[in-house]
Amino acid sequence: MKHLLTLRETSADDIRYLLDTAETLKEILARPVKKVPTLRGRAMITLFYENSTRTRTSFEMAAKIMSAEAINIAVAQSSVAKGESLKDSILTLQALKADCIVMRHSVSGTPELAAQLLKHTAIVNAGDGRHEHPTQGLLDMLTIRQNKGQLEGLEVAIVGDITHSRVARSNIWGLTKMGANVRLVGPRTLLPPDADRLPVKVYDNLAKGIDGADVVNVLRLQTERMERGLLPSLREYSRLFGISPQSLKAAKSDVLVLHPGPMNRGVEISADVADSKFGIHAAIEEQVTNGIAVRMAVLYALMGISSDTDG
Amino acid sequence: MRLLLHGGRIVDPAQKLDRQADLLIEDGKIAAILEPNTSVADCERKDVSGKVVVPGLIDIHVHLREPGFEYKEDIESGTRAAAAGGFTRVCCMPNTNPAIDTAAVVRFILERTTQVGVARVHPIGAATRDMQGDMITEMAELQAAGAVAISDDAFPLQNAETVRRVMEYCAMLNLPLLTHNEDKALTHKGAMNEGYTATLLGIPGMPRIAEDIAVARNILLAQLTGCHLHLLHISTAGTVELLRRAKAEGIRVTGEACAHHWVLTDEACMKYRTDAKMNPPLRTQEDCEAVKRGLADGTIDCIVTDHAPHAEYEKEVEFDSAPFGILGLETSFPLVYTTLVKTGVLDFSTAIAKMTSEAAKILGFPEGTGTLQVGAEADVAVLDLEKVWTIDRNAVQSKSKNTPFHGMEVQGKAVFTVVGGRVVEL
Repeated sequence: MKHLLTLRETSADDIRYLLDTAETLKEILARPVKKVPTLRGRAMITLFYENSTRTRTSFEMAAKIMSAEAINIAVAQSSVAKGESLKDSILTLQALKADCIVMRHSVSGTPELAAQLLKHTAIVNAGDGRHEHPTQGLLDMLTIRQNKGQLEGLEVAIVGDITHSRVARSNIWGLTKMGANVRLVGPRTLLPPDADRLPVKVYDNLAKGIDGADVVNVLRLQTERMERGLLPSLREYSRLFGISPQSLKAAKSDVLVLHPGPMNRGVEISADVADSKFGIHAAIEEQVTNGIAVRMAVLYALMGISSDTDG
Repeated sequence: MRLLLHGGRIVDPAQKLDRQADLLIEDGKIAAILEPNTSVADCERKDVSGKVVVPGLIDIHVHLREPGFEYKEDIESGTRAAAAGGFTRVCCMPNTNPAIDTAAVVRFILERTTQVGVARVHPIGAATRDMQGDMITEMAELQAAGAVAISDDAFPLQNAETVRRVMEYCAMLNLPLLTHNEDKALTHKGAMNEGYTATLLGIPGMPRIAEDIAVARNILLAQLTGCHLHLLHISTAGTVELLRRAKAEGIRVTGEACAHHWVLTDEACMKYRTDAKMNPPLRTQEDCEAVKRGLADGTIDCIVTDHAPHAEYEKEVEFDSAPFGILGLETSFPLVYTTLVKTGVLDFSTAIAKMTSEAAKILGFPEGTGTLQVGAEADVAVLDLEKVWTIDRNAVQSKSKNTPFHGMEVQGKAVFTVVGGRVVEL
C-alpha cells in the first residue's frame, strides 16, 4: 500500500489486514506506558485545510505512540494564506522529508491530486470534501466487528445527510467489501443522485430504513443544509430522522449505535442515546479509541520499515 | 497570383461535388475546378495527390483569450491552432478582458488578426456590458465595427426579461443571439455532470435539466421576439429534442455541438481529471447518442469546438477549483472523421458541410462562404483521410495543453490550409 486515499480503491484483503493490525495494536493503548519504537525516525506531517481537532489529534497520538515525529501544519497560518497552491505546499512537504502527509481538505479529490504529485511520500486522506474519510470507515468497521463478532451479513443503516458525507461513502465501500448489507436513510433532498446505483438500499423513511438493523451509524447534521433550502428546520429533521430510544425500537433490540462526532445532541441523536441510557449501546467513545488504533495500523502500513537494515 | 492544387479529390458539399479534380485559385478567389491534369500556365503548383480538398473549415465558437488572457492563448497562437486543425475562419467569444462590448475591442481584434493571424477571425459581441447581465451593449455599433453575432457565453443570462430585451434588440439588427444555456440556480457550485460518477467522486453536480430549462425558456422567447436563436454547445438529449420540436414548429432556432459531447462521458472525470472538466460538462452515454442522432437527422446544424485554452498550472489544482474548458481546434476534424464518418453516423460530405457552409449560413456570411464555388474567397483545407495518428498534448500549436484526448488514436488530419489564396505556413 503506497497511499490510503479511499476505501473504494482499497482491496478487501488490505482492509482486513488494517483491521487485524489495529486490533493487535489496540492493546498498546491499554498499557500505562503507551510507547513502542516501531516508527522511530519516521516523520508524519498533518496538513489540514479544514478545521478538526479530534481527527488531527488522533493521528498525532497514533504517530507519537509509535515514536514517529508528528508535526501539524495549521493552514490558516501557513503560506497557503499567502496564496500558495496545493501543488507547491505538497512538494514543499516532500522536500522537508515527510514520510507521510495526512491531508484534510474541503474539496473532493485533493489527496488524489497530491498522490499524483509525490514520488517518495505517502498520503493519508483524512477527509476530502464529501468524497471519503477512509480511517473513519475503518474505525467504524473495527468498532462493529469488536461488538458483533464479524461484519459479514450484518444490516448496517447509515442515517443522515448522505449527499455531503464522506463518512457515509467510506462506510459504504468498506462495509460492502466486508460482506455487510448497507442501507442509506435520509430525507430525499439529502440523498445523492443515482444512489440506487450504489451497492446499497435507499430509504427516505427512518422506521423502514432501520427496520431490523444491527447497526445504526448516525451522521452529524450540518446547519448549512437549511440555509440552502435542503431542509425546512432542524426540528422537522429531528422529528423524522432523529435517533432516540423511541425511534430505535424499529431496529434490533441489541442494535449498536455509532456516530462519527461531534454530536448535535437533540438534533440527529438524542442525549439518551448518546449516553447509552435505557440499555441502548452507543459505542461513540469506543470509536474514538479505535480511531487511534486504526491510525496506528495505517501509519505502520504506510511508513513501517520493511527494508530497513535495523529492522 | 495563381495557385493550383492538383492531384487531389475535391469535396464541396454546397455544390454536391465529390470527385478527383484540380483546384485553381487566382487573386485570392476560387477561379476554377478543373479536370485532373489540365495544364495551367503561370501558376504555383502544389501536389495534393492522395489528399482531399475541402472548403476551409469554419468554427463559430472559439475562445482566443486576447485581449486580457494572452498567457493561455492569443490571436496568433489561436489561429495557428486553427490552421493546424484545418480551419480558415473562426469566430471568437466575448469573454475577454476587456470583454468584446465596445467597437474599440472589435476593431482591436480585427487589427491584431491582420498583423499576426493565420486564419480569419470574426468577433462575437457581448450581450451586456462587461457581461454583467445588466445593461445591453451598443449592438448596432458592435455590428458596424464587424461583430457577426451576440452571445452570453460564459456568463449566461439568468433573467428572462433581460433575455427578452436582448433578443428584441438583436432581432431589430438581424443579429443572431448565441446562448450558453444554463440555469445557474440549478448548477450552483456544480463542477461536473450530476449523476453516478459525481456521486462516486463526491463532486457537486450540474443536472442536465439546468440546460434543458434554459433552452426551453430561450426558445419560447425567440418565438416571441422573432430573434434568431442559436444554441451553443448542446450537451443533453433534452436539448436535442427541444430543438427538434422547435424547428418543426418553424421557430428560428439553430444549434451546434462539440466533439467531446458525443465522444466522451462523465466517466472521463474519474481520478479527478481536470482536463475533462468543461461547461456544459460531459454527460452520459444516452446524451452522446442523442447528440449523434441530432447531427444525423439535421437537428443540430453545425459542429464547433468551444476551444477554451487554460494554462497548465490553472488546471493542475483541486477539481472544484479548476477552470472549465478544453482545447478543440486541433482535434475536432480527426474526431469527427474517426467517430462520425468512419462509423457511418454522417457521410463525409455532410460532416464537412456542418463544419463549413452550414456554419457560415448560421451567421449570415456572404453567399459562397464555406464553399469552393467559383468566385468565393479562396479559403481551402487539404485533409489526409488516411493518416492514423495519436493525439499528443505536447505537440500542439496552442499555447495550452488542456485536452482529454491525449493518447487517443484517431484517423484524419489537416495537412495545410489556404487563406485568401495564400498557403498558411506553420
